[in-house]
Amino acid sequence: MTETNWNNNPEITDGLVKEHGLSDDEQKLMVKILGRTPTLTELGIFSVMWSEHCSYKSSKLHLKTLPTKAPWVIHGPGENAGVIDIGDNQAAIFKMESHNHPSYIEPYQGAATGVGGILRDVFTMGARPIANMNALRFGSPEHHKTRHLLSGVVEGIGGYGNCVGVPTVGGETNFHPSYDGNILVNAMAVGLADQDKIFLSAAAGVGNPVIYVGSKTGRDGIHGATMASAEFTEDSEEKRPTVQVGDPFTEKLLIEACIELMSTDMVVAIQDMGAAGLTSSSVEMASGGGVGFSLNLDNVPQREEGMTPYEMMLSESQERMLVVLKPDRVEEAKKIFVKWDLDFAVIGEITESGNLTLSWQGNVVADIPTQPLADNSPEYDRPWVKTEAPATIDPNDVTAPNDLADALLKMVGSSSFASRAWIWQQYDHQVMADTIQLPGGDAAVVRVHGTDKALAISTDCTPRYCYADPFEGGKQAVAETWRNVTAVGATPMAITDCLNFGNPERPDIMGQFFGAIEGIREACTVLDYPVVSGNVSLYNETNGTGIHPTPAIGGVGLLEDSRKMITIAPKNDGDVVMVIGESKGHIGCTEYLNIIEGREEGAPPPVNLELEKKNGDFVRGQIIAGSVTACHDISDGGLFIALTEMALASNKGMDINLNYGDIPAHSYGFGEDQARYVICASSSDADRVISAANAVGVAIENIGTICGNELSVANSFTVAVSDLLDAHASWMPNYMSTES
Amino acid sequence: MKSAVVTFPASNCNRDMFDALEKITGQRPHEIWHQDTDIPDVDLIALPGGFSFGDYLRCGAMAARSPAINGVMAHAERGGNIIGVCNGFQVLTEMGLLPGALMRNRSLKFVCKTVQLKVENADSTFTNAYTDGQVIDIPVAHHDGNYFADDQTLAELEGDGRIAFRYVDQNGEATKLSNPNGSQNNIAGIMNKRGNILGMMPHPERLIEDAQGGIDGRGFFESIINSLN
Repeated sequence: MTETNWNNNPEITDGLVKEHGLSDDEQKLMVKILGRTPTLTELGIFSVMWSEHCSYKSSKLHLKTLPTKAPWVIHGPGENAGVIDIGDNQAAIFKMESHNHPSYIEPYQGAATGVGGILRDVFTMGARPIANMNALRFGSPEHHKTRHLLSGVVEGIGGYGNCVGVPTVGGETNFHPSYDGNILVNAMAVGLADQDKIFLSAAAGVGNPVIYVGSKTGRDGIHGATMASAEFTEDSEEKRPTVQVGDPFTEKLLIEACIELMSTDMVVAIQDMGAAGLTSSSVEMASGGGVGFSLNLDNVPQREEGMTPYEMMLSESQERMLVVLKPDRVEEAKKIFVKWDLDFAVIGEITESGNLTLSWQGNVVADIPTQPLADNSPEYDRPWVKTEAPATIDPNDVTAPNDLADALLKMVGSSSFASRAWIWQQYDHQVMADTIQLPGGDAAVVRVHGTDKALAISTDCTPRYCYADPFEGGKQAVAETWRNVTAVGATPMAITDCLNFGNPERPDIMGQFFGAIEGIREACTVLDYPVVSGNVSLYNETNGTGIHPTPAIGGVGLLEDSRKMITIAPKNDGDVVMVIGESKGHIGCTEYLNIIEGREEGAPPPVNLELEKKNGDFVRGQIIAGSVTACHDISDGGLFIALTEMALASNKGMDINLNYGDIPAHSYGFGEDQARYVICASSSDADRVISAANAVGVAIENIGTICGNELSVANSFTVAVSDLLDAHASWMPNYMSTES
Repeated sequence: MKSAVVTFPASNCNRDMFDALEKITGQRPHEIWHQDTDIPDVDLIALPGGFSFGDYLRCGAMAARSPAINGVMAHAERGGNIIGVCNGFQVLTEMGLLPGALMRNRSLKFVCKTVQLKVENADSTFTNAYTDGQVIDIPVAHHDGNYFADDQTLAELEGDGRIAFRYVDQNGEATKLSNPNGSQNNIAGIMNKRGNILGMMPHPERLIEDAQGGIDGRGFFESIINSLN
């Protein structure tokens, strides 16, 4: 694209249209909608609006099949973020979004602006953001770029989130060679609003003023959405200028100014300028309200001289919002933005025409009917092939390790299980003083300010399961967030999804996408856990090699009484340790098989959703009844890792007796059967918990007690907790301080 | 106790400080915007944590030149109590009310974790609810908390008992490992000569309720209340 001089108004040739990523059919549709050849500015607008990133053209056919409704869902997908009812006229507003492509090219700014963007999606709806989360995937630790990318992404997330004063309370980080060429940076934000103060983007009221607030528009980020809609090649580094630069200071001012503005009754509609900036915000506001927008681009606050309409409409400069105000309230609103030292400009008004009409230097440079631009955007039913499910591996077919203790230490000290404290200590996870469960547990928990309620949040996905079997993997990702939210005592309410896949034009990738969607749909339906917001990131591929399918799920649950919350750390010596759910030694696709045997194969553990629900509801009930002193879900690494993590969290040992039956100890202990939890209860409560489980047919087993300073499993192994702690704590600091 | 919290653009612990003061003193603090020139007559002014003006210049440098600072200065000269936490500590050094400077952490990274502090001098306006040598838990969250002062200043601070808190390990030893940011002499908080102004990097306002994981921060605020009685 470097050869085209965008400052001129070139002839709109087929070649130029192609450079903008529009297909022949899309070109024809564009001309039909306009009834003429587009101007350059119009071509740019069509190009970004119909990019994969903005239009969801490959995915929306499938996304429509997800369950999105429940009595507690106030706004589902289609708004800036999902909104759920958390009682007392309050609402939780949340969404997760990807910033993968920019973060690979420029990790600090890519990740930072990912955080900024997702925060705006939440506060544009009237919410005060109260928590940030993230889901990060990096390439193999041995890959020469991994340290640089990890370090930059973590600093970027911290640099932005810390400054705006929203705690980054948790997340997940994985390493796998499938991400060597395409890392994933998925950021989630959760906000809190009053239900009668929720703001939407649909514009209304002919003659109402359209206001631009926030930072000035520069030339950064032009074509960012288009970049995120294509594969990477060797020259991707040259795309650095398409990465935006974040300014968290301005974002903080914008949050405060917008919250102040929205506490009045001046606002008709409000929308942040995210991907495709002024274009997508104005088109969405106009088409959503069935009205037209007439904008005078001369009035757009500009950072640089001589910007063209094309550049202004495609810029992805950060920290900007578009607001439609009630008439005669402009001066009053302006005072708020002057107080916060932010730009405030009336750039147009609502019209009856239904068109987005842009004027610049006295000429009309674009005049597009917004309804067809937004609603008739292309939609593809791309061909797909089903992923062949791999064969199940018999637990007896995996040879025993020489020494279970050594195997456990190796796993605990591996990149998969090592402590993430090096990461989360760079995030202010306590600002706002409501973080009541810190990173490192099953779910992060933040109090609803000034109440005893709290929200539990967890982001999860097991990409190796999704790669082996997208359907089971999709189910498992949803079920794991549900379990994690349950394990702190919260009732799971709804999810946001961030669906990261390779090139959708390849039938095998589309098959992964289709399978994962089916799995998510089934899990959400059975668990009564709807999807309220989300994002799709395709083309996570480099030179034809795609990432593992990664449908990251962000789950949110409600604790009516946060004082009932529990953590994974056992409280008292003598407490009884119990396992909920059946251990069958499912060894295929496990971390054990990968780390100890170097094999990535086999079918992932099947997810029985009815069983998930039954077991989870039981555990939650016992937590809320006050009978449980600690709880941890069993996931990656199976029972042995779950027990280890509990021992590490409390610095307490355990004396464990397991009945392996005919399953080898390593398959039993490291198997990743689903729908399981470890719970602890005082010796006086344990019998009651066991009877209660038996009464409702939930599998439960007393496996030992909390005691001493060793993790001891009878007839299998004994390891000092301090040795486990060393292995767990040292990997990441050592790794990050080593030269690659 | 009457108090006031000054908010600068991108202060972000102002609400936390405000809430802590309200909960512990039972009185709503005054909210002061950085452009206010009228500072009410209060017993305590708090400069909260955050990233005033984005910390794009030296941390606290811009805030130290805000219009409200004149009133804060006048309050200081009258002998009124002032606390600066985190960014607020940086502002106090930039105002010249406390000696030394807060440099980038030794690790060059932002650090957020709960650390142990030793109460070095329990005979002060800000520490009297603790006991001498008491080890308390308080969270830190900063990028620039590496306290530096010249040798003479350090000697004075040490000699005058003006070190309020020091980073220590569980046993109360000021070790290199227990120092989260590289501060000289493991200094976490200091006072001015007159004893009415304190700056500290850790956040006592984040640990005042059991739900937050402990109440070790309460003593800090209770000390100030005690000193007025």
